Amino acid sequence: MEDMSAVVGSTPLRQEREWNIGWADVGPFLALLALLVIGFVINPDFLSATNLGNVITRSAFIAIIAVGATFVISSGGLDLSVGSMAAFITGITIMFMNSMAPEWGLAAIPAGMVVAIVVGTACGLMNGLIVTVGKIEPFIATLGTMGIFRALITYMSDGGTIPIARSLREAYRPVYFGTIGGVSVPILISIAVAAVASFALYKMKYGRKCAAVGANEDVARYSGISIIKTRTIAYAIQGTCVAIAAICYVPRLGAATPTTGVLWELQVITAVVIGGTALRGGKGHVWGTVAGAVILELIANLMVLSDFVSEYLVAGVQGVIIIIAMLIQRFSK
Amino acid sequence: MFKSKLIAAATIGSLLFAGQALAADKKVVAVSIPAADHGWTAGVVYHAQAAAKEINAAFPGVEVIVKTSPSATAQVSALEDLSAGRKLDALVILPYSSEELTTPVKAVKDAGTFITVVDRGLSDATIQDLYLAGDNIAVGRNTAKYMIDKLGGKGNLVVLRGIPTVIDDERIKGFNDAIQGTELKVLDIQYANWNSDEAFKLMQDYLAKYPQIDAVWANDDDMLLGVLEAVKESGRKDIKLALGGNGMKDIVKKVIDGDAMTPVETPYPPAMIKTAIYMTVANLIGQAPVRGTVKLDAPLITQANAKEYYFPDSPF
Repeated sequence: MEDMSAVVGSTPLRQEREWNIGWADVGPFLALLALLVIGFVINPDFLSATNLGNVITRSAFIAIIAVGATFVISSGGLDLSVGSMAAFITGITIMFMNSMAPEWGLAAIPAGMVVAIVVGTACGLMNGLIVTVGKIEPFIATLGTMGIFRALITYMSDGGTIPIARSLREAYRPVYFGTIGGVSVPILISIAVAAVASFALYKMKYGRKCAAVGANEDVARYSGISIIKTRTIAYAIQGTCVAIAAICYVPRLGAATPTTGVLWELQVITAVVIGGTALRGGKGHVWGTVAGAVILELIANLMVLSDFVSEYLVAGVQGVIIIIAMLIQRFSK
Repeated sequence: MFKSKLIAAATIGSLLFAGQALAADKKVVAVSIPAADHGWTAGVVYHAQAAAKEINAAFPGVEVIVKTSPSATAQVSALEDLSAGRKLDALVILPYSSEELTTPVKAVKDAGTFITVVDRGLSDATIQDLYLAGDNIAVGRNTAKYMIDKLGGKGNLVVLRGIPTVIDDERIKGFNDAIQGTELKVLDIQYANWNSDEAFKLMQDYLAKYPQIDAVWANDDDMLLGVLEAVKESGRKDIKLALGGNGMKDIVKKVIDGDAMTPVETPYPPAMIKTAIYMTVANLIGQAPVRGTVKLDAPLITQANAKEYYFPDSPF
């Protein structure tokens, strides 16, 4: 971490605005690097291929959802419903696949994935319309849908579990546990999602509209940008991302339960903010967000691999690390 | 599925109305339990409803009403609603929390109702006529005894605990006390919040950290599911035992099938609500004396007796 302040100190003459962008882009990756070094010092096993593979793979859900959240937050919105939505989509997808499996066999898996995407996008669109057309504060609107999705998954499962049919389980497993060219599938999917998202956010007109709406609603309106359309699309993208995460999630434990995705929304928002996107909106940082998701998962992993934190204090130490990371980011500007 | 649920809801609704019409000459037993928000409470709801159905069919003179509440506050309101319109002959309650429910239950008691408390005790033990609970210390102790026996008294263990609560503390205490003086060594113990996803991650981390693990204990079956998936994926062969606790049907099924890694299970059965309801009704109808404290043991579920604990239709 000291390295970073040294870098900051050595470039005092740069224009502030320019530097902000530079720091926000590089900051999360420096933090990631610092964590890896600290981790290695604490326990050399930390850098083993298996451990890093595990940690990055399981950060994929949060990373994929957080990429969607980068759009929502960048456009000045917020979505608290993503964790419950992930559980709901997981439940719907499994129920659909199970009901189609006897007739369609393994074709039920890709069909179920399509259903997941459609349902996810629809859920996101609904959130977006409530916020934009309904003109309800995003916090309250998505707090409401968060309750709705959570209740639906609890109802669908009778409070228990919705397991995927045995006949589909083995065929579906590679979507979480498989590798292509030595890289696990969820990692590849999250890289693909982030690549598409960064293209949309940085190279397409929509991305600039998103940042404009988030940075200053009035100016955006005077420039002829449709606030309603821009924000609604951001929520729909968020829904699609949640669906993609759900598709990767299903084969991991092969079941949806009422506790699936609990508190994911907070991890997602934390990942976005660690990644350098301001919670009040403005420019989004897709790759920073991905790094943020990996950082969160690495911190949790480090807590287990190190021996000096009492089991009772783990959550506290995690909180302290996150706050320190954000403070460094704030004061180096 | 949705349709059948609607019909079921309509049927239950009409039954309730029919019951209310006849309530005057029936003995009323109200059952107040937490709503199904995870596996174990889902099991409680299932068994409470099953008991109500069986008793209402078997004893025309008794009406059992089951009411679920999503929070302690909602449970307090439910108690007021249940006792507002009619006299309750008995109340069977699994309290959300001890402190908040103590006074409201006392109010019901003062109206002359027989009180049965299940699982979580009230702050004032004089309120209850019958107290029925499982034994969390025995859950930990019996699991530990089996491990000691099976591993020949020595080996490396990792433990996953739940959410910081009395239940969790008691299970861990029972376990730790039992392995004291043996050569079983707990390499690590961390919270995984009774959540299968968190348990999956934690187990992956344990596997990365320790090259030799002989046995894993997750003090709840939801967590055990995550543990088993992580172990399976790692391809590690050093883990001889992975045990849980609570009596989830998926795990009891493993015991029935003679699974090598999970050959036994320790029950903390949600079906205890059924025991409590039946005992309460036995007192009302058959004048069977039941006042006192009943502690269900946590005997090991093995292949021999697993059928007794297996409920394929229950959500848990």
